[in-house]
Parts: sequence; C-alpha cells; structure tokens
Amino acid sequence: MADIAAEAAVPFAARQRPPAAVVGPAAWARTNLFGSWWSTALTLLIGYLALRFAWGFVSWGLVHAVWSVPHNDAGQPNSAPCRAVIGIGACWAVISDKYRFILFGFYPYDEQWRPLVCIALFLGLYGVSANRRFWRRELGLVWIAVLALIMLLMHGSATLGMTVVTDDRWGGLPLTLILATFGLALAFPLAVMVALGRRSRTMPAVRLLCVVYVELIRGVPLISLLFMSSVMFPLFMPQGVNFDNLLRAQVAIILFAAAYLAEVVRGGLQALPKGQYEAADALGLSYGRKTRLIVLPQALRIVIPPLVNTFIGFFKDTSLVLIIGIYDLLQSGRAAVDDPVWQGFGNEVYILLAAIYFCFCFAMSKYSRGLERGFSRSRVR
Amino acid sequence: MKRPLLAAAWLLAGGLAAFTPLAARAQGSGSPTLDAVRQRGQLACGVTTGVAGFSLPDSKGVEQGIDADGCRAIAAAVFGDANKVKYVPLNTENRFTALQSGEIDVLIRETTWTLGRESSLGALFGPITFYDGTGFLVKASAGVKEAKELDGATICVQPGTSTELAIADYFHRTNMKFTPIEIQNLQEILGAFFSGRCDAYSTDASALAGIRYQQGDKAKDYVLLPDIISKEPLAPMVRKGDDKWFDLVRWTTYAQLTAEEDGVTSKNVDSFANSDNPDIRKLLGMEGDLGKSMSVDNKWAYNIIKQVGNFGEMFDRAFTPMGVPRGLNKLWSQGGLEYAPPMR
Repeated sequence: MADIAAEAAVPFAARQRPPAAVVGPAAWARTNLFGSWWSTALTLLIGYLALRFAWGFVSWGLVHAVWSVPHNDAGQPNSAPCRAVIGIGACWAVISDKYRFILFGFYPYDEQWRPLVCIALFLGLYGVSANRRFWRRELGLVWIAVLALIMLLMHGSATLGMTVVTDDRWGGLPLTLILATFGLALAFPLAVMVALGRRSRTMPAVRLLCVVYVELIRGVPLISLLFMSSVMFPLFMPQGVNFDNLLRAQVAIILFAAAYLAEVVRGGLQALPKGQYEAADALGLSYGRKTRLIVLPQALRIVIPPLVNTFIGFFKDTSLVLIIGIYDLLQSGRAAVDDPVWQGFGNEVYILLAAIYFCFCFAMSKYSRGLERGFSRSRVR
Repeated sequence: MKRPLLAAAWLLAGGLAAFTPLAARAQGSGSPTLDAVRQRGQLACGVTTGVAGFSLPDSKGVEQGIDADGCRAIAAAVFGDANKVKYVPLNTENRFTALQSGEIDVLIRETTWTLGRESSLGALFGPITFYDGTGFLVKASAGVKEAKELDGATICVQPGTSTELAIADYFHRTNMKFTPIEIQNLQEILGAFFSGRCDAYSTDASALAGIRYQQGDKAKDYVLLPDIISKEPLAPMVRKGDDKWFDLVRWTTYAQLTAEEDGVTSKNVDSFANSDNPDIRKLLGMEGDLGKSMSVDNKWAYNIIKQVGNFGEMFDRAFTPMGVPRGLNKLWSQGGLEYAPPMR
C-alpha cells in the first residue's frame, strides 16, 4: 500500500524522458546509418555522392543558369549567352521563350486563355472528385457538365461569339489532359461491363465476345493500335469520309485502356468471397441490384492499387500519340527544341515536362494511398 | 429489269443533289480536290512534325518555313487568303497514307521525288522547291578535307531515312568501310556527334549547314565536306487523277519563281499596277485569263506574291537566318537550277 502511494507521489515533472541515446534523430541515425563500420562506410559514400549530385544540379540549374537572353528588333531571341554556358549552366531562357507553345501547342496565341481555363477546370474537377464528401449521384452530372464545358471552351462556338478552333490546332497540356481524362472516364464503365461480361455464366456469346475483345487488344501494343487508327483506318473508309485524327486516337486509347482496366476489375470480382454472391442471392436481389449494391463496391475497393497503377500508366501512355503527329505535351516540348535557335537545350525542356508529369502522377499515387487507408480501416481494426 | 432503272433514278437524284448547290456558286471547277477544298473553306496541307526551315511552329504556335509557306501560297491562290490552311503534321510513316486517303489535299513535307514513289504510290510530284543532297559534317580537328578520306569512319545517321541508304551506297561504290551509329532523335544524335562518339554526322546538307551555323563562335570547329553524295530533290506531292489540281499546285510555285525573275516582291507588287510589261501584266492578272483557265481568280498570282512573297523571299525567310546557302536553289539565270516555264 505504501509502495503504491510512494509511486503515485512521484511528481510528473520528475519522470525522466528516455535518454537521447535511445530515441531522437541522433539515436536513429546511430542505429540505422552508423550501426557498423560497413554501414558507416556506405552512409558516407552515398552521402558524398548525393551531395555532389545535388551541388552539381544547383550549380548547373541555379548558379550558372541563364534566365533570359536578348531579343533582336524582330523579336527573335539570340541564344548566344546560352551557348556560352553549355555544359556549365542551364538555359532557362528556352522555357520563358517557348512555354506558351509547350503548354498550348498550335492553339491560336490570342485565344490561349481558353485552354488555360480548361486546365483549371480539369484540376477543379479532379479536386472535387477526390473528396469523398462529394461522392454521390450528382457527381456524375458534374463530370458530364464540366467535360462538356471544356469541349465548348476548346472548340468555341460561333453563336456565342467565340472563335472556332478546330481540334487539329489543340495541343500541349490540355490535350494530354483531354486524352487521359476522356480516355479513362469512358474506358472505366466499358471495362466494368466487359469484366462482368467475361464472368457471365448465362450468356456464353457475350462472354466469348468479351474474351476476344480483351485478348485481341492486349495482344498488341498501344502504338500499333494508334498506327492502325491513323494509317490503316483511313484507307478502309470511302474517299472523302474522314474522322479526324484526334478522335481516332482517342477511341484507340479508350479501347486499349478498357481492355486493361477490365482485367483489373475482373481480378477484384474474383477476389470477392463466394459467400457474398450467395448472400445477395439469398436476399432475393436481382442481378442488377446484386452487382450494384454488393459486388462492385467491394470488388472495386480491392482493386484500388492496380487501378491507380493502370491510371498512372495510361496518363503517361497518352504521350505515344506523338508518333501519329498529335502535339500533346511531350511532342510540343520536342518541337520547341527543334527550333534552330534552341537546338541543344533539350534537357531544360525535358526537365520541365518531367516535373509536370511527376506532379500529376505523384498526386494520383499519393491520393490512392490515402484512399486505401480510408477504405481498409474496417479491416485493420 | 428493275435494277438499271433504279440505278438511273439514283444517279439522277444524286446528280441533281450534287449539282444544285454548286451550280449556283462555282459551276464546278472540274477538279474534285479544288471543289473539296473550296467546300471545306481550308486547304488541308501535310507538313512535317517539326523540321527547321521546312515547317516548324514558332513560339506563338504558327508554322514557319518553306513548306509551310508553300501551303500558304496555294491557299492564297484558291481563296485569296493565305491563312486558310489547316496544317496536318505528318511523320515519315503516315505521310503517304494521309495523301492517298484524301485526308490532305497536298503533301509539302520535305519529300524526295523518286521514280518509285511516283509510280507506286499513286502520286505526282510538283516542281522541285528545294534541291538538297546528303553531305557530311566533321570536326575541323580531324583534318578531313573530302569524303574520300572517311574510310573506316564512324558515322552518325538517323535510321529509316534516305540518308542511310545514300551513305551505304556511297561507301559500297567507293570500296570504303564505315560504322554507322543509328540514332532516331535529333537531339541525341547531335549530342553523340558533338561529344565525339562519331567522326562524322550525315544528313541533308541543308540541315548540316544549319546545325553548323547554330554553333555561333564554335562554327569554325566544324567542317561541312564539299561532297554531296546523293540527289534529294524535295517537291510537293498530290494524288494522281486530278490534273487540274496538279496544275494549280505546280503553277503556284512557278508563279513565285516567275515573280522573282521579274523582280516582283511582296513589298513592291502594288507598284506594278500600271506596268506595261506584258509578262508582268499576265502574271498579276491584269491581262488574259490565266487564273480563270485554272478555275481560280485571275488575281491568284497577285495574291500569292502579296501575301506570301516570291520564291526568293520564301527561301530567305526560311533558310537565310539558319545560314543555309542558296546554292542550287538559285534561279537558273543566277547559276542555280530553279526554272519556271513561261506564264502566258
């Protein structure tokens, strides 16, 4: 009794924190980085290399970089200051001269506020959709409305007094976002249907069709599909009948993405315990309600990581359209450094492009991890 | 019995439907391509996906270069407005399909005129707008003075180009050996050459001259060998079977050449309004019906020269800033090969 009282009497402030040798950054470093002579040597070596690389990059990208170059009377830039520091410093002047072409491609210069607004709309749409509070039926309508608005802004409408800009002049980041967003938004429902169709027991014809579709599309690379759509397809059409190049590429991307997503979704369907199906049947739910209320919500939750994986892959794969002459973000960047004035300054432009792609892809992967954590809380507990 | 009757009825209906709206406007030009261009309101013109001097978007996203100007000139002839062009960027793989399928009306895309292409692709080549040829760029420090000294050299070349074939032919012909380093991307191939991975870089001489010029103060470190080992005549291309359209494409270039010969430029073309030189009066549509005979406005050539310029202006705009000498592309009267038949 006295012991307990004595223990309780120890004042709070007198309780000692663990010694710094056990916790805290210094201790962490000691155990993890300098635990043994081998580990210490590796730490020093890697630290040295990392510092050297970082210093090299700072020296190239900041200290010795050229930020602007003089222009002649005709407005033509003179890249001589940049050429003087090739290999020593970066030439960011190429970006300040070309950024509008890289971002917007051939879009008429005076109308480029329209694709800029479209980028903002896309980002807003992603932001709203990412928030689980807004996950209800109206969100679908919002998507349709915003995507329609984006199309209207990009294309313009003579009746509203806007200059019409046909899609052969679209380019840059908005085009990449259009290809990726429309591609995945339309491919996803198709993928769910194909996945369900492929598991159908009662409709063998539908199942066969789905199997053939998936295997046929997965059997060829995206490049060959794009080539088919751009090179072969026009030859099959009667003379004078033309779907435009962008639409053909978009359809090819949708078909390709749907085949891959369908297999991901099918994985989720297979992972679902049989008991769930049987329970739904026992409740007397129809096929549609069973699928909508019991099967898909659980199946899709399981496949979030591979879904996001496919999404990220496809976001980057849209850059393949450059081989059929569509100026997406990557191709605009390449064309920018084909300019004889800026030839040889590809690194700067590619760094910019990589940063843009990284922002989008990293955001997607970060978000999916958060989503997974939120969804799996029930199981972790 | 019923079939032919039905077919005739369809034909009649189709014919009526096709002719009624057109008859009111243009009575049909006799050229399906020209009619299609007029109906679309734009010339669909196949260009490169970005080759400096030929067609390359500038910082404002406007196509610049001699091919892009070629498109503008045809649009000026058809519409009187050089801006009514829809540029279709094409790569080497899909350029001919785009022409064959009717996606584009004319291909002006740095394309070499060869017999094989003309006989098997169902296409015709217009006048040569650029005489090019395969050349070699080497480092001055290597001390090479002519192509014959390149035996055993490592040569950087883009795969799938006519350059690749030309080099192989040349070294075979001269009993010399070489090691090709094939790199597709322009930036990478330049990097390989400048860093010394290959002894020589080979492509069209025009491009080599431009690359050397862009090195600024360091240009003297590189030598463009005098040997041109292949003929690369670049010309616009149209589908076979529409001769009237071919005429228009062909004479658009000839009009620009004639203008240069007569000293008519975009700046001074209006000062010829009262000229009594019959050649110039015919060229500018003040006399005769040259335009009408091709189903375009009689002022077609005036519009081309006013809005795009003559051939020399077009060349200077595209290539002089890059330091590419005009060489064979001078007028015949100045020692070059560019020659236009008389316009009368």
